[in-house]
Amino acid sequence: MSLQTMIQELAAGMLVSVKIFVCTLVFSLPLGMVLCFGRMSKWWPVRILTKFYISVMRGTPLMLQLLVVYFGPFFIFGIKITPGYRLTATYIGFAINYAAYFAEIFRAGIESIPVGQYEAAKILGYSRGQTFLHIILPQMVKRVLPPVTNETITLVKDTSLAFALAVTEMFTTAKQIVAAESSMVPFIIAALFYYVFNLLVAMVSEALEKKLSYYR
Amino acid sequence: MSLLEISHIRKNFEGLEVLKDISLRVEQGQVVAIIGPSGSGKSTLLRCCTGLETADGGTISYTGSFGLVFQNFNLFPHYSVLKNIMDAPLRVQKRPKKEVREQAESLLGKMGLSEKADAYPYQLSGGQQQRVSIARALALNPQILFFDEPTSALDPELTGEILKVIKELAAEHMTMVIVTHEMNFARNVADYIVFMDQGVIAEEGTPKELFHSANPRMQEFLRKFEEM
Repeated sequence: MSLQTMIQELAAGMLVSVKIFVCTLVFSLPLGMVLCFGRMSKWWPVRILTKFYISVMRGTPLMLQLLVVYFGPFFIFGIKITPGYRLTATYIGFAINYAAYFAEIFRAGIESIPVGQYEAAKILGYSRGQTFLHIILPQMVKRVLPPVTNETITLVKDTSLAFALAVTEMFTTAKQIVAAESSMVPFIIAALFYYVFNLLVAMVSEALEKKLSYYR
Repeated sequence: MSLLEISHIRKNFEGLEVLKDISLRVEQGQVVAIIGPSGSGKSTLLRCCTGLETADGGTISYTGSFGLVFQNFNLFPHYSVLKNIMDAPLRVQKRPKKEVREQAESLLGKMGLSEKADAYPYQLSGGQQQRVSIARALALNPQILFFDEPTSALDPELTGEILKVIKELAAEHMTMVIVTHEMNFARNVADYIVFMDQGVIAEEGTPKELFHSANPRMQEFLRKFEEM
Protein backbone atom coordinates (compact mmCIF):
# COMPACT_ATOMS: atom_id res chain seq x y z
CA MET A 1 0.00 0.00 0.00
CA SER A 2 1.40 3.38 -0.95
CA LEU A 3 1.89 6.13 1.59
CA GLN A 4 -0.71 8.19 -0.19
CA THR A 5 -3.38 5.48 0.10
CA MET A 6 -2.53 5.05 3.74
CA ILE A 7 -2.97 8.73 4.41
CA GLN A 8 -6.21 8.73 2.43
CA GLU A 9 -7.66 5.86 4.42
CA LEU A 10 -6.55 7.32 7.71
CA ALA A 11 -8.03 10.68 6.72
CA ALA A 12 -11.35 8.95 6.07
CA GLY A 13 -11.11 7.46 9.57
CA MET A 14 -10.20 10.87 10.92
CA LEU A 15 -13.47 12.22 9.53
CA VAL A 16 -15.34 9.78 11.79
CA SER A 17 -13.16 10.79 14.75
CA VAL A 18 -13.92 14.46 14.09
CA LYS A 19 -17.63 13.67 13.88
CA ILE A 20 -17.51 11.97 17.29
CA PHE A 21 -15.51 14.90 18.65
CA VAL A 22 -17.91 17.57 17.37
CA CYS A 23 -21.08 15.71 18.40
CA THR A 24 -19.70 15.08 21.87
CA LEU A 25 -18.88 18.74 22.40
CA VAL A 26 -22.18 19.98 20.97
CA PHE A 27 -24.22 17.76 23.28
CA SER A 28 -22.06 17.41 26.38
CA LEU A 29 -21.42 21.12 26.98
CA PRO A 30 -25.12 22.08 27.35
CA LEU A 31 -25.88 18.79 29.12
CA GLY A 32 -22.98 19.53 31.48
CA MET A 33 -24.54 22.91 32.27
CA VAL A 34 -27.88 21.24 33.06
CA LEU A 35 -26.15 18.67 35.28
CA CYS A 36 -24.24 21.47 36.97
CA PHE A 37 -27.53 23.19 37.83
CA GLY A 38 -28.84 19.89 39.17
CA ARG A 39 -25.71 19.40 41.23
CA MET A 40 -26.18 22.87 42.74
CA SER A 41 -29.97 22.64 43.06
CA LYS A 42 -31.64 23.69 46.27
CA TRP A 43 -33.76 20.51 46.19
CA TRP A 44 -31.73 17.75 47.77
CA PRO A 45 -33.22 14.83 45.75
CA VAL A 46 -32.08 16.53 42.53
CA ARG A 47 -28.70 17.20 44.08
CA ILE A 48 -28.22 13.61 45.26
CA LEU A 49 -29.38 12.21 41.92
CA THR A 50 -26.99 14.32 39.84
CA LYS A 51 -24.18 13.68 42.29
CA PHE A 52 -24.76 9.92 41.89
CA TYR A 53 -24.92 10.23 38.09
CA ILE A 54 -21.64 12.16 37.98
CA SER A 55 -19.98 9.72 40.33
CA VAL A 56 -20.98 6.73 38.18
CA MET A 57 -19.97 8.43 34.93
CA ARG A 58 -16.59 9.40 36.30
CA GLY A 59 -16.06 6.20 38.24
CA THR A 60 -16.54 3.65 35.45
CA PRO A 61 -14.65 3.23 32.17
CA LEU A 62 -15.95 5.09 29.15
CA MET A 63 -15.50 1.92 27.08
CA LEU A 64 -17.83 0.04 29.41
CA GLN A 65 -20.36 2.88 29.21
CA LEU A 66 -20.24 2.75 25.41
CA LEU A 67 -21.02 -0.96 25.49
CA VAL A 68 -23.89 -0.43 27.94
CA VAL A 69 -25.37 2.31 25.76
CA TYR A 70 -25.08 0.06 22.71
CA PHE A 71 -26.33 -3.23 24.17
CA GLY A 72 -28.60 -1.72 26.82
CA PRO A 73 -31.67 -1.23 24.60
CA PHE A 74 -31.61 -4.93 23.69
CA PHE A 75 -30.83 -6.43 27.10
CA ILE A 76 -33.05 -4.07 29.07
CA PHE A 77 -35.95 -3.34 26.69
CA GLY A 78 -35.63 -6.14 24.15
CA ILE A 79 -35.29 -3.67 21.28
CA LYS A 80 -33.54 -5.12 18.24
CA ILE A 81 -30.23 -3.34 17.63
CA THR A 82 -29.31 -2.39 14.07
CA PRO A 83 -25.69 -1.81 12.99
CA GLY A 84 -26.66 1.78 12.20
CA TYR A 85 -27.11 2.34 15.90
CA ARG A 86 -23.38 1.91 16.53
CA LEU A 87 -22.38 5.46 15.67
CA THR A 88 -25.40 6.93 17.46
CA ALA A 89 -24.56 4.89 20.56
CA THR A 90 -21.01 6.24 20.36
CA TYR A 91 -22.30 9.82 20.29
CA ILE A 92 -24.66 9.20 23.21
CA GLY A 93 -22.02 7.37 25.28
CA PHE A 94 -19.43 10.09 24.78
CA ALA A 95 -21.90 12.92 25.41
CA ILE A 96 -23.27 11.57 28.69
CA ASN A 97 -19.78 10.76 29.93
CA TYR A 98 -18.16 14.08 29.08
CA ALA A 99 -21.17 16.00 30.40
CA ALA A 100 -20.37 14.65 33.88
CA TYR A 101 -16.83 16.03 33.72
CA PHE A 102 -17.99 19.36 32.30
CA ALA A 103 -20.65 19.65 35.02
CA GLU A 104 -17.99 19.54 37.71
CA ILE A 105 -15.78 22.00 35.87
CA PHE A 106 -18.71 24.41 35.50
CA ARG A 107 -19.62 24.01 39.16
CA ALA A 108 -16.07 24.85 40.21
CA GLY A 109 -16.22 27.89 37.92
CA ILE A 110 -19.51 29.14 39.32
CA GLU A 111 -18.45 28.57 42.91
CA SER A 112 -15.23 30.51 42.34
CA ILE A 113 -17.15 33.73 41.61
CA PRO A 114 -17.04 35.92 44.73
CA VAL A 115 -20.32 36.13 46.64
CA GLY A 116 -20.04 39.93 46.39
CA GLN A 117 -20.97 39.69 42.71
CA TYR A 118 -24.32 38.12 43.61
CA GLU A 119 -24.86 40.63 46.38
CA ALA A 120 -24.12 43.60 44.14
CA ALA A 121 -26.48 42.22 41.49
CA LYS A 122 -29.20 41.66 44.07
CA ILE A 123 -28.93 45.19 45.45
CA LEU A 124 -29.03 46.61 41.91
CA GLY A 125 -32.28 44.73 41.30
CA TYR A 126 -31.19 42.06 38.83
CA SER A 127 -33.39 38.97 38.79
CA ARG A 128 -31.79 35.60 39.48
CA GLY A 129 -31.83 34.77 35.78
CA GLN A 130 -30.31 38.11 34.81
CA THR A 131 -27.65 37.72 37.48
CA PHE A 132 -26.63 34.33 36.17
CA LEU A 133 -26.80 35.18 32.48
CA HIS A 134 -25.16 38.60 32.52
CA ILE A 135 -22.97 38.69 35.62
CA ILE A 136 -21.95 35.14 36.58
CA LEU A 137 -21.88 33.18 33.30
CA PRO A 138 -19.45 35.47 31.40
CA GLN A 139 -17.01 35.39 34.31
CA MET A 140 -17.44 31.65 34.67
CA VAL A 141 -16.67 31.01 31.00
CA LYS A 142 -13.37 32.82 31.34
CA ARG A 143 -12.41 30.82 34.41
CA VAL A 144 -13.36 27.37 33.06
CA LEU A 145 -11.66 27.78 29.69
CA PRO A 146 -8.35 26.14 30.71
CA PRO A 147 -9.91 23.02 32.32
CA VAL A 148 -12.45 22.72 29.47
CA THR A 149 -9.54 22.79 27.02
CA ASN A 150 -7.91 20.00 28.98
CA GLU A 151 -11.02 17.85 28.70
CA THR A 152 -11.36 18.68 25.01
CA ILE A 153 -7.81 17.52 24.33
CA THR A 154 -8.51 14.30 26.20
CA LEU A 155 -11.64 13.89 24.12
CA VAL A 156 -9.68 14.03 20.86
CA LYS A 157 -7.63 11.06 22.02
CA ASP A 158 -10.60 9.26 23.59
CA THR A 159 -12.41 9.10 20.24
CA SER A 160 -10.24 6.03 19.58
CA LEU A 161 -12.38 4.18 22.16
CA ALA A 162 -15.18 4.06 19.60
CA PHE A 163 -13.50 0.89 18.29
CA ALA A 164 -15.30 -0.87 21.17
CA LEU A 165 -18.50 -0.53 19.14
CA ALA A 166 -16.69 -1.42 15.92
CA VAL A 167 -16.87 2.12 14.64
CA THR A 168 -14.02 2.53 12.20
CA GLU A 169 -12.58 5.79 13.38
CA MET A 170 -9.02 6.74 12.56
CA PHE A 171 -7.16 4.59 15.07
CA THR A 172 -9.11 1.47 14.15
CA THR A 173 -8.10 2.06 10.54
CA ALA A 174 -4.49 2.56 11.59
CA LYS A 175 -4.43 -0.75 13.47
CA GLN A 176 -5.95 -2.57 10.49
CA ILE A 177 -3.36 -1.18 8.09
CA VAL A 178 -0.53 -1.97 10.52
CA ALA A 179 -1.71 -5.58 10.75
CA ALA A 180 -2.19 -5.95 7.00
CA GLU A 181 1.00 -4.21 5.88
CA SER A 182 3.34 -5.11 8.81
CA SER A 183 4.40 -1.47 8.98
CA MET A 184 4.66 1.04 11.81
CA VAL A 185 4.05 3.96 9.46
CA PRO A 186 0.26 4.12 10.00
CA PHE A 187 0.83 4.57 13.74
CA ILE A 188 3.18 7.45 13.06
CA ILE A 189 0.66 9.05 10.74
CA ALA A 190 -2.11 8.47 13.29
CA ALA A 191 0.00 10.12 16.00
CA LEU A 192 0.56 13.08 13.70
CA PHE A 193 -3.17 13.36 12.98
CA TYR A 194 -4.01 13.44 16.72
CA TYR A 195 -1.19 15.83 17.46
CA VAL A 196 -2.12 18.31 14.77
CA PHE A 197 -5.79 18.15 15.77
CA ASN A 198 -4.88 18.90 19.37
CA LEU A 199 -2.59 21.67 18.24
CA LEU A 200 -5.63 23.22 16.57
CA VAL A 201 -7.72 22.75 19.73
CA ALA A 202 -5.02 24.47 21.77
CA MET A 203 -4.83 27.31 19.26
CA VAL A 204 -8.58 27.89 19.37
CA SER A 205 -8.47 27.85 23.16
CA GLU A 206 -5.61 30.31 23.20
CA ALA A 207 -7.47 32.63 20.85
CA LEU A 208 -10.55 32.48 23.09
CA GLU A 209 -8.46 33.17 26.18
CA LYS A 210 -6.93 36.14 24.45
CA LYS A 211 -10.36 37.40 23.45
CA LEU A 212 -11.45 37.26 27.09
CA SER A 213 -8.31 38.85 28.45
CA TYR A 214 -9.74 42.36 28.23
CA TYR A 215 -10.62 42.13 31.91
CA ARG A 216 -9.25 40.46 35.00
CA MET B 1 -40.60 62.40 56.63
CA SER B 2 -38.86 59.21 57.66
CA LEU B 3 -37.52 57.13 54.80
CA LEU B 4 -36.48 54.14 56.84
CA GLU B 5 -37.95 52.77 59.99
CA ILE B 6 -36.37 49.83 61.74
CA SER B 7 -38.14 48.48 64.76
CA HIS B 8 -37.08 45.76 67.16
CA ILE B 9 -34.75 43.98 64.76
CA ARG B 10 -33.15 40.80 66.03
CA LYS B 11 -30.59 38.56 64.33
CA ASN B 12 -28.85 35.37 65.44
CA PHE B 13 -25.97 33.58 63.78
CA GLU B 14 -25.90 29.99 65.03
CA GLY B 15 -27.00 30.90 68.51
CA LEU B 16 -24.91 34.04 68.68
CA GLU B 17 -27.08 37.11 69.16
CA VAL B 18 -25.62 39.65 66.77
CA LEU B 19 -28.47 42.14 66.87
CA LYS B 20 -30.64 42.48 69.95
CA ASP B 21 -33.74 44.61 69.53
CA ILE B 22 -32.48 47.45 67.35
CA SER B 23 -34.79 50.35 66.47
CA LEU B 24 -33.83 53.30 64.31
CA ARG B 25 -35.46 55.94 62.13
CA VAL B 26 -33.81 57.70 59.27
CA GLU B 27 -35.36 60.98 58.12
CA GLN B 28 -35.17 62.40 54.64
CA GLY B 29 -31.92 64.28 54.06
CA GLN B 30 -30.34 62.88 57.18
CA VAL B 31 -26.83 61.50 57.28
CA VAL B 32 -26.58 58.77 59.88
CA ALA B 33 -23.23 57.30 60.86
CA ILE B 34 -23.10 53.93 62.59
CA ILE B 35 -19.94 53.45 64.62
CA GLY B 36 -18.77 50.88 67.11
CA PRO B 37 -16.13 48.21 67.72
CA SER B 38 -15.66 45.21 65.43
CA GLY B 39 -18.30 42.58 66.02
CA SER B 40 -20.76 45.07 67.46
CA GLY B 41 -23.28 44.24 64.71
CA LYS B 42 -23.08 47.39 62.59
CA SER B 43 -22.45 45.62 59.30
CA THR B 44 -25.09 43.00 60.09
CA LEU B 45 -27.59 45.77 60.73
CA LEU B 46 -26.79 47.25 57.33
CA ARG B 47 -27.06 43.86 55.66
CA CYS B 48 -30.47 43.34 57.28
CA CYS B 49 -31.61 46.78 56.11
CA THR B 50 -30.59 46.02 52.52
CA GLY B 51 -32.05 42.52 52.43
CA LEU B 52 -28.70 40.72 52.15
CA GLU B 53 -29.57 39.08 55.47
CA THR B 54 -33.02 38.32 56.79
CA ALA B 55 -33.71 39.51 60.30
CA ASP B 56 -35.07 36.91 62.73
CA GLY B 57 -37.56 39.36 64.16
CA GLY B 58 -38.77 42.94 63.96
CA THR B 59 -39.78 45.04 60.98
CA ILE B 60 -38.01 47.23 58.46
CA SER B 61 -40.10 49.63 56.41
CA TYR B 62 -38.99 51.85 53.59
CA THR B 63 -40.35 54.79 51.72
CA GLY B 64 -38.71 54.48 48.32
CA SER B 65 -35.68 52.61 47.08
CA PHE B 66 -32.15 52.22 48.37
CA GLY B 67 -28.63 51.64 47.11
CA LEU B 68 -25.60 50.10 48.77
CA VAL B 69 -21.90 50.82 48.48
CA PHE B 70 -19.80 47.83 49.53
CA GLN B 71 -16.56 47.73 51.43
CA ASN B 72 -14.80 45.98 48.57
CA PHE B 73 -16.69 47.69 45.74
CA ASN B 74 -18.00 44.54 44.03
CA LEU B 75 -17.86 46.12 40.60
CA PHE B 76 -18.54 43.78 37.69
CA PRO B 77 -15.03 43.04 36.35
CA HIS B 78 -16.20 42.13 32.84
CA TYR B 79 -18.02 45.45 32.34
CA SER B 80 -16.37 48.75 31.52
CA VAL B 81 -16.81 51.58 34.01
CA LEU B 82 -19.62 53.08 31.92
CA LYS B 83 -21.39 49.75 31.55
CA ASN B 84 -21.10 49.07 35.29
CA ILE B 85 -23.06 52.27 35.84
CA MET B 86 -25.51 51.96 32.95
CA ASP B 87 -26.38 48.28 33.01
CA ALA B 88 -28.82 48.20 35.93
CA PRO B 89 -30.77 51.33 34.90
CA LEU B 90 -31.11 49.83 31.40
CA ARG B 91 -31.70 46.19 32.26
CA VAL B 92 -33.57 46.52 35.54
CA GLN B 93 -35.32 49.88 35.35
CA LYS B 94 -35.72 49.69 31.56
CA ARG B 95 -35.04 53.39 31.18
CA PRO B 96 -34.19 54.90 27.78
CA LYS B 97 -30.56 54.53 26.78
CA LYS B 98 -29.97 58.16 25.93
CA GLU B 99 -31.16 59.38 29.31
CA VAL B 100 -29.17 56.71 31.19
CA ARG B 101 -26.04 57.54 29.25
CA GLU B 102 -26.31 61.23 29.99
CA GLN B 103 -26.85 60.52 33.67
CA ALA B 104 -23.93 58.07 33.80
CA GLU B 105 -21.63 60.58 32.11
CA SER B 106 -22.68 63.31 34.48
CA LEU B 107 -22.16 61.02 37.50
CA LEU B 108 -18.71 60.11 36.21
CA GLY B 109 -17.92 63.79 35.84
CA LYS B 110 -19.04 64.39 39.38
CA MET B 111 -16.76 61.58 40.58
CA GLY B 112 -13.87 63.06 38.56
CA LEU B 113 -13.65 59.95 36.41
CA SER B 114 -14.87 61.15 33.02
CA GLU B 115 -11.72 59.95 31.28
CA LYS B 116 -12.12 56.46 32.79
CA ALA B 117 -15.49 55.67 31.19
CA ASP B 118 -14.06 52.95 28.94
CA ALA B 119 -11.60 51.52 31.45
CA TYR B 120 -12.18 48.21 33.22
CA PRO B 121 -12.28 47.95 37.02
CA TYR B 122 -8.89 46.19 37.25
CA GLN B 123 -7.28 49.22 35.64
CA LEU B 124 -8.46 51.55 38.42
CA SER B 125 -7.13 52.28 41.89
CA GLY B 126 -9.21 51.24 44.88
CA GLY B 127 -10.39 54.80 45.39
CA GLN B 128 -11.45 55.09 41.76
CA GLN B 129 -13.24 51.76 41.92
CA GLN B 130 -15.13 52.88 44.99
CA ARG B 131 -16.14 56.10 43.25
CA VAL B 132 -17.44 54.08 40.31
CA SER B 133 -19.42 51.92 42.70
CA ILE B 134 -20.94 55.04 44.27
CA ALA B 135 -21.88 56.27 40.79
CA ARG B 136 -23.34 52.84 40.00
CA ALA B 137 -25.52 53.02 43.12
CA LEU B 138 -26.59 56.61 42.40
CA ALA B 139 -27.56 55.81 38.80
CA LEU B 140 -30.66 54.01 40.06
CA ASN B 141 -31.79 57.21 41.80
CA PRO B 142 -32.16 55.68 45.26
CA GLN B 143 -33.88 57.53 48.08
CA ILE B 144 -31.35 56.23 50.59
CA LEU B 145 -27.74 55.27 50.07
CA PHE B 146 -26.13 52.82 52.47
CA PHE B 147 -22.36 52.60 52.85
CA ASP B 148 -20.74 49.53 54.41
CA GLU B 149 -17.33 50.69 55.62
CA PRO B 150 -16.64 52.34 52.26
CA THR B 151 -13.02 53.20 53.05
CA SER B 152 -11.90 50.11 54.97
CA ALA B 153 -10.30 48.48 51.94
CA LEU B 154 -8.45 51.65 50.95
CA ASP B 155 -5.08 53.23 51.73
CA PRO B 156 -5.31 56.31 53.95
CA GLU B 157 -4.50 58.59 51.03
CA LEU B 158 -7.34 57.12 48.96
CA THR B 159 -9.77 57.28 51.88
CA GLY B 160 -9.86 61.06 51.59
CA GLU B 161 -11.22 61.04 48.05
CA ILE B 162 -14.15 58.83 49.06
CA LEU B 163 -14.95 60.89 52.14
CA LYS B 164 -14.92 63.99 49.94
CA VAL B 165 -17.49 62.44 47.62
CA ILE B 166 -19.72 61.48 50.55
CA LYS B 167 -19.42 65.01 51.93
CA GLU B 168 -20.52 66.43 48.58
CA LEU B 169 -23.51 64.10 48.56
CA ALA B 170 -24.38 65.21 52.09
CA ALA B 171 -24.29 68.81 50.90
CA GLU B 172 -26.88 67.84 48.27
CA HIS B 173 -29.08 66.42 51.05
CA MET B 174 -28.72 62.83 49.96
CA THR B 175 -30.08 60.57 52.69
CA MET B 176 -27.27 58.29 53.78
CA VAL B 177 -26.55 55.63 56.36
CA ILE B 178 -22.83 55.05 56.75
CA VAL B 179 -21.13 52.30 58.71
CA THR B 180 -17.65 53.66 59.30
CA HIS B 181 -14.46 53.53 61.33
CA GLU B 182 -13.58 57.10 60.45
CA MET B 183 -14.41 58.88 63.68
CA ASN B 184 -13.51 62.37 62.57
CA PHE B 185 -15.47 61.91 59.40
CA ALA B 186 -18.53 60.72 61.31
CA ARG B 187 -18.24 63.75 63.55
CA ASN B 188 -17.95 66.20 60.65
CA VAL B 189 -20.47 64.80 58.20
CA ALA B 190 -23.17 62.98 60.15
CA ASP B 191 -26.25 64.68 61.54
CA TYR B 192 -26.84 61.74 63.77
CA ILE B 193 -24.50 59.09 65.13
CA VAL B 194 -25.43 55.64 66.36
CA PHE B 195 -22.92 53.88 68.58
CA MET B 196 -23.39 50.14 68.57
CA ASP B 197 -21.88 47.75 71.07
CA GLN B 198 -22.52 44.02 71.51
CA GLY B 199 -25.60 43.99 69.34
CA VAL B 200 -27.41 46.95 70.84
CA ILE B 201 -27.49 50.67 70.23
CA ALA B 202 -25.49 51.75 73.25
CA GLU B 203 -25.77 55.45 72.54
CA GLU B 204 -27.22 57.69 69.85
CA GLY B 205 -27.55 61.36 69.18
CA THR B 206 -26.01 64.32 67.39
CA PRO B 207 -22.22 64.23 67.04
CA LYS B 208 -21.93 66.83 69.78
CA GLU B 209 -24.02 64.79 72.19
CA LEU B 210 -22.22 61.60 71.38
CA PHE B 211 -18.66 62.77 71.59
CA HIS B 212 -19.39 64.24 75.02
CA SER B 213 -21.38 61.25 76.19
CA ALA B 214 -20.99 59.95 79.71
CA ASN B 215 -21.56 56.37 78.56
CA PRO B 216 -18.46 54.46 79.73
CA ARG B 217 -18.39 52.11 76.69
CA MET B 218 -18.57 55.09 74.34
CA GLN B 219 -15.80 56.87 76.22
CA GLU B 220 -13.63 53.78 76.14
CA PHE B 221 -14.23 53.40 72.41
CA LEU B 222 -13.36 57.03 71.72
CA ARG B 223 -10.24 56.79 73.86
CA LYS B 224 -9.00 53.89 71.77
CA PHE B 225 -9.34 56.00 68.66
CA GLU B 226 -7.51 58.90 70.18
CA GLU B 227 -4.64 56.61 71.13
CA MET B 228 -4.29 55.50 67.51
